[in-house]
Amino acid sequence: MSGTYLGMPAFPTAVRASTKDTQLRANLTHATHTIRDKRAKAVAELDDWAQLREAGKDIKDQTLHHLDRYLLQLETQVTAAGGVVHWATDAAEANRIVADLVKAKGETEVVKVKSMATQEIGLNEALAAEGITAYETDLAELIVQLGDDLPSHILVPAIHKNRSEIRDIFIEAMGRWGRPAPDGLSDNPADLAEAARLHLREKFLRAKVAVSGANFMVAETGTLVVVESEGNGRMCLTLPETLISVVGIEKVIPTWQDLGVFLQLLPRSSTAERMNPYTSTWTGTTGGDGPAEFHLVLLDNGRTATLADEVGRQALRCIRCSACLNVCPVYERAGGHAYGSPYPGPIGAILTPQLRGIQSEVDASLPYASSLCGACYEVCPVAIDIPEVLVHLREQVADQGGKGHRLEAAAIRAAGWILGHPAVLAAGERAASKTRKLHPQKSPGPGIGPWTETRDLPEMPAEPFRDWWKKNRSPKEGR
Amino acid sequence: MNSRETTLARVRAALRDVPARESANPRDYRSCHVADEPTVLLDLLHENLVDYRAHVHRTTPAELPATLARLLAARNARSVVVPAGLDRSWLRDVDSALVSDNATLTAEHLDDIDAVVTGCALAIAETGTIVLDAGPNQGRRALTLVPDHHICVVAADQIVASVPRALPRLDPLRPQTWISGPSATSDIELDRVEGVHGPRTLDVVVVIAPALGESGHHATTT
Ligand code: SF4
Repeated sequence: MSGTYLGMPAFPTAVRASTKDTQLRANLTHATHTIRDKRAKAVAELDDWAQLREAGKDIKDQTLHHLDRYLLQLETQVTAAGGVVHWATDAAEANRIVADLVKAKGETEVVKVKSMATQEIGLNEALAAEGITAYETDLAELIVQLGDDLPSHILVPAIHKNRSEIRDIFIEAMGRWGRPAPDGLSDNPADLAEAARLHLREKFLRAKVAVSGANFMVAETGTLVVVESEGNGRMCLTLPETLISVVGIEKVIPTWQDLGVFLQLLPRSSTAERMNPYTSTWTGTTGGDGPAEFHLVLLDNGRTATLADEVGRQALRCIRCSACLNVCPVYERAGGHAYGSPYPGPIGAILTPQLRGIQSEVDASLPYASSLCGACYEVCPVAIDIPEVLVHLREQVADQGGKGHRLEAAAIRAAGWILGHPAVLAAGERAASKTRKLHPQKSPGPGIGPWTETRDLPEMPAEPFRDWWKKNRSPKEGR
Repeated sequence: MNSRETTLARVRAALRDVPARESANPRDYRSCHVADEPTVLLDLLHENLVDYRAHVHRTTPAELPATLARLLAARNARSVVVPAGLDRSWLRDVDSALVSDNATLTAEHLDDIDAVVTGCALAIAETGTIVLDAGPNQGRRALTLVPDHHICVVAADQIVASVPRALPRLDPLRPQTWISGPSATSDIELDRVEGVHGPRTLDVVVVIAPALGESGHHATTT
């Protein structure tokens, strides 16, 4: 693995390799099913989930529909609170801004809190080219970085590695990056976490510059919000002297009160918790507490092009919870790397081709990386109709065919993978047809009884798939 | 055109199909999911905090100093950092060295300190969350991050039911840290491990004022 997604094979080719990796599939199956089951329980605790989901969808749509106004309001508020706002139209410009800010501080190291936006723009590689080392501090991102690997899941980026693989990576690589792994390190998760704690604390305590993303930006107040579990986020957001946050323009929400919706939807959809262990909010700078300098880099990089597509723009509602990955039969089989971008799974299949365009073979193949079973739509906390966008993008890929037979062929090969697995398709269709009449259309009216039963909707498509896997999977692959 | 103008122009061009008028968002989700009564909220906060592996203790104003002293002694805390605005009488029974927070205390210094005692802005029962907003009895964010043991004192009347109830009571211009259980990771085969970077031990001490007419001798600790 080269540490970059560029030049990766198109989905069907990547899948042929990853589906043969039984270790990968065992890790993935165990992890996705565990999170999936926990999530259904966490969601069932709130009997107004359907209304929260509808509110989340509408707030995001409302923001996207007036995005220029909310971005300007955000800029005004961040500036008034002592922050500096930068605008970046593409990856190269965002990387340039960050590199210049780090160099202006005379630094050659930064600590980073897990950020998909910075993965998307290849920030670490761009900084390395300028002689700046970026240290990933999320445990899973650390595993990926030390292993010279790539993340394969939004929430659990090292989901494809098991404990003994992680121990081997720590023993082999920690010493090259800083404090070495302790002698006789076991593969007990608590010992591995302790090794990471010691290795990273040294970096947190000396870091002068940190780079983050953000889960939400509140236009009304200029407040940024980061949701996390380990405390590495808090370390990055509060200890260094300078904080640089690189955030996609779609992450803005109108008001502080809107967090009441998203701070209920996100943790339960994502880690299946009532609330994640740590949420940090900050507005500009605060004298004597936290960074003295705060820079916000607002990133376009294909988002405005996505916004221009009336069907596809709903992908920008995504709050990166990863629920859609954990229910996707194609993701479970293929693994995250097959999607060729930091955004794997169903959301990746619609977001990546929109952000990057569908000219390349890998991007043209992504809209076919689905059985259209609809499970992703059922669990999505902001009701993104992923199947609808997939079909829409397939039309675009087909339309551009023409003389570009190469692309068409790639697309057909990708479709062929699914069509060559009729059971996957049948299972998908069966589940889809069973649940179709229950699909949320609008916020439920007075007849709320039947609706509340559908809180368990995320579970429904799982049944036929599980039956199918049981019948078709060799016993040693399961757990 | 600079990048700001370019981005805004692209946004506006992308939204040509959208009518200028905004539609009102439906807000028919609940503002809370439990009976909004003090004893219900207290029990629910307690239960949810314990579920996420925080240690919860109930005490009275009179018993608070003894409770804090006991919790610090139980973890052999040699030193405790104290936010500038914390009520010092809370710590009168404590044997550990008390370090007053001040501007010269760096993260390296904090790394040598065993524990921190703070108050909070409020606590949220439904999610098992305590919220710090850098108020005088909480101090800088680093104080509750670097030492390995955090004891947070919550007055029972600071407990609110839900996230939607909490937000209007919080000032977004203050830096906030919402804490639900101690630092945790599930990155290795989804096994939950406490304390990767933040404090490994979170003690939450709920102070219940004796109701009028009662003797005040019913301190219970768990
Ligand atoms: S598309 Fe929906 S389910 Fe998937 S990560 Fe985004 S918000 Fe979560």
